[in-house]
Amino acid sequence: MVKNVFGRIYIGLIMLFLYAPIVVLIVLSFNNSKSRAKWGGFTLKWYSELFDNSIVMDALWTTLTLAILSAVIATVLGLLGAIGIDAMKKRNYQIMLGATNIPMLNADIVTGIALMLFMVRFLPLGFSTMLIAHITFNIPYVIFSILPKLQQIDVSVYEAARDLGANSVKAFWKVIIPIIKPGITSGFLLAVTMSLDDFIITYFTRGAGVNTLSTVIYGEIRRGIKPEMYSLSTILFLMVLIVLVMSNRASKKQVK
Amino acid sequence: MSDNLLELRGISKAFDGKTILQELDLNIKSNEFVTLLGPSGCGKTTTLRIVGGFEKPDTGSVIFNGEDITALAPEKRHINTVFQKYALFPHMNVEENIAFGLKIKKKSKEYIKDKIKYALKLVDLDGFEKRKPNSLSGGQQQRIAIARAIVNEPEILLLDEPLGALDLKLRQDMQSELIRLKNELGITFIYVTHDQEEALTMSDKIVVMHRGLVQQIGTPKDIYDEPCNAFVADFIGDSNLLKGKMLDDRLVEFLGERVICVDEGFGKNEPVDIVIRPEDVEINEVGKGIVNGVVKNILYKGANYEMTVEAGGFDWLIHNTVAYPVGSMVSLYVKPFNIQIMKQMDESEMILDEDMENETYE
Ligand SMILES: Nc1ncnc2c1ncn2[C@@H]1O[C@H](COP(=O)(O)OP(=O)(O)OP(=O)(O)O)[C@@H](O)[C@H]1O
Ligand SMILES: [Mg+2]
Repeated sequence: MVKNVFGRIYIGLIMLFLYAPIVVLIVLSFNNSKSRAKWGGFTLKWYSELFDNSIVMDALWTTLTLAILSAVIATVLGLLGAIGIDAMKKRNYQIMLGATNIPMLNADIVTGIALMLFMVRFLPLGFSTMLIAHITFNIPYVIFSILPKLQQIDVSVYEAARDLGANSVKAFWKVIIPIIKPGITSGFLLAVTMSLDDFIITYFTRGAGVNTLSTVIYGEIRRGIKPEMYSLSTILFLMVLIVLVMSNRASKKQVK
Repeated sequence: MSDNLLELRGISKAFDGKTILQELDLNIKSNEFVTLLGPSGCGKTTTLRIVGGFEKPDTGSVIFNGEDITALAPEKRHINTVFQKYALFPHMNVEENIAFGLKIKKKSKEYIKDKIKYALKLVDLDGFEKRKPNSLSGGQQQRIAIARAIVNEPEILLLDEPLGALDLKLRQDMQSELIRLKNELGITFIYVTHDQEEALTMSDKIVVMHRGLVQQIGTPKDIYDEPCNAFVADFIGDSNLLKGKMLDDRLVEFLGERVICVDEGFGKNEPVDIVIRPEDVEINEVGKGIVNGVVKNILYKGANYEMTVEAGGFDWLIHNTVAYPVGSMVSLYVKPFNIQIMKQMDESEMILDEDMENETYE
C-alpha cells in the first residue's frame, strides 16, 4: 500500500520533470498569443510561419539528410566494425570494446571541439564536416546494437551454409545478415535519433550558413524567444519520438 | 587406381603448437559406414572438418575420387555435413532450410518441391514444412539437419555425434533410421561418436582414435575380438586387462601362472598386455582352472550376471548366466584362443582419464 503510494509519487515526479516542460512547449506552439502566460486560443499560425521561413525549411532538410545519410554510412561501417570485433581474440576484443565505448561516454563538447580542430586542417567547415562528425559519433551505437546479435550466432550455421554450396559472400548475405537484421535495424534507427538529437557536436562542426533544426533553434533563442521556436521544437521532438518508437518496434521483433 | 572413394594421406594438424592429428591415414570405400571412435579431444571432429573442408591440414592430403581436394573450398566438395549442434538456419522454416542447398544450385521449383517432400518423408516428418527450427524437439531438428544434407545427394555424408543429445529410445530409433538411409541412398557415411556401443552396432568399419593417432582400423568384430592394443581393448567393451610375459610361442605367464595360448612370434620373455573379455572367463570348481579365487560381488544384469572375482591378486570382471553367491570359492578358466595377447603400449598412452584434463575447450 505504502509502496504503491510512493511508486505513484515517483512516477508523478518523473512525469512532471521530464514531460511537463515538453507538454507546455507543445501547448504553447498552438497558442494564439505571444505571451507565455496567457492562452489566446488555438492556432496553427506559428507552424505556417515556420513553413514559410526558408532558413527553417533549409535546416529541416539539412537535418533529415544529415540524419539519414550519417545513419546509413554509420550502419555500414558499424556492421563491418562489429564483424571485425566479433572475430577478434579475447585481448584485442576487450581493447576494441573499450575503444568503442569511450566516444559514447565522452562529453559531447570535447568530441565536438576535437572533431572540429581535427577536420579544419583539411576540410572547410560545412555539411561534409557535420556529416563526418555524425558518422563518427553514430558508429559506436551501431556496433553495440549489432555485436550482441553476432555473438549469439553459432559459427556452425555459417559453416552449414558453406557446406550446402554457398560461397563465403553468399553465406554471409543469406545467413548472417538475416540473423542479425534486427540488430542492424535498431542500430540504424538509433543512429538516426542520435543524429536528429545532437546539438553540441553539430554546433562545433558546422560551417557558416549551414544549419540544422537544433542550431536554428539555438540561434533564434539567443535573440529572444519567438513562438515559432515552440513549433520548431515540437517538430524536432516528434521526429525523435517517431524514430524511437520504430526502433522499439524493431527490437521487439527481435525478441519474438 | 585404387577403388577408394576417399583417402586421407599422412594428415597432421596442430592448433597453437599442440599436435592434434598425427600422420593420419584412412581409406574409405564407396557406400561404407565408417565410424571414427575415440575419447573426447582425440581429434574426431578435426578429422571430419578436414574432410568437409573447414580446416586445412598442416601436412598430408585429402584425395576424393582420385583427385586432391585438400585446398578445395567446402562449397565445392560433393560432401555434406550434419553438424554436432544441427546448425539449422533459425530465420528459415523447415522447408526453406531443406531448400537452401538446392536453391544455390539453381534447381527448378518443381524439383525442389519434390525433393523437400521426399526428404521429409524419408525422415518421417511430413507436414513440418512451415515450422521454425526453434519449435522442434532435438530429435526433430536432428532429422531436419539430415534431410537438409541428403537432398543435395552428396557422395559422402559426414555426421558429427548426431545422436549425442538424444535420449536412449530416440537414439536407438535414429540409429536404425540412419542405417536404413545409408542402404536406401547408397551414400558413404563418416560418422563420429565416442559411444562404443553405437559404433559397434552401426559401422562397417571402425577407426579407433586416441590422441590424434589411429590405434586400429577394422570391422566391429575385428576390433572387439582382436584389439591391437590395451587402449583399444579397454575402450571397446568391458575387459580384464592384465600384464604378463611371453615365455615362449604359445606360452604366456600372468598372475604367476603359466598358461597355454595361441599367440606366436613374440620375443622370449617379452612383456605383454593381455585382454580377456568378461564373457570368456569360465567359472569352475576350485582347482579346475587357471587361478583360484573368491566371489566378491554379484549384480543381476538382465541377460546375465556380472560378477567380480578376486583371483591371483586381480579383480576379474566376469559375465555368466549362472550366479555364484558372494564368498564362494571358485576357479577361473579361459580357453587359449580367448586370451588376447598384445605388445605393450607406452604406460603414459594407456591412461584414459588424462584426456579429461584436455577437455577445457568448447
Ligand atoms: N580451432 C581450434 N583451436 C584450437 N584448438 C582446437 C581447435 N579445434 C580443436 N582444437 C583442439 O583439438 C583437440 C581435438 O579436438 P576435436 O574437436 O577434434 O576433438 P573430438 O575428438 O571431436 O572431441 P569430442 O568428442 O569432445 O567432440 C582438442 O584438444 C581441442 O581443444
Ligand atoms: Mg567433436
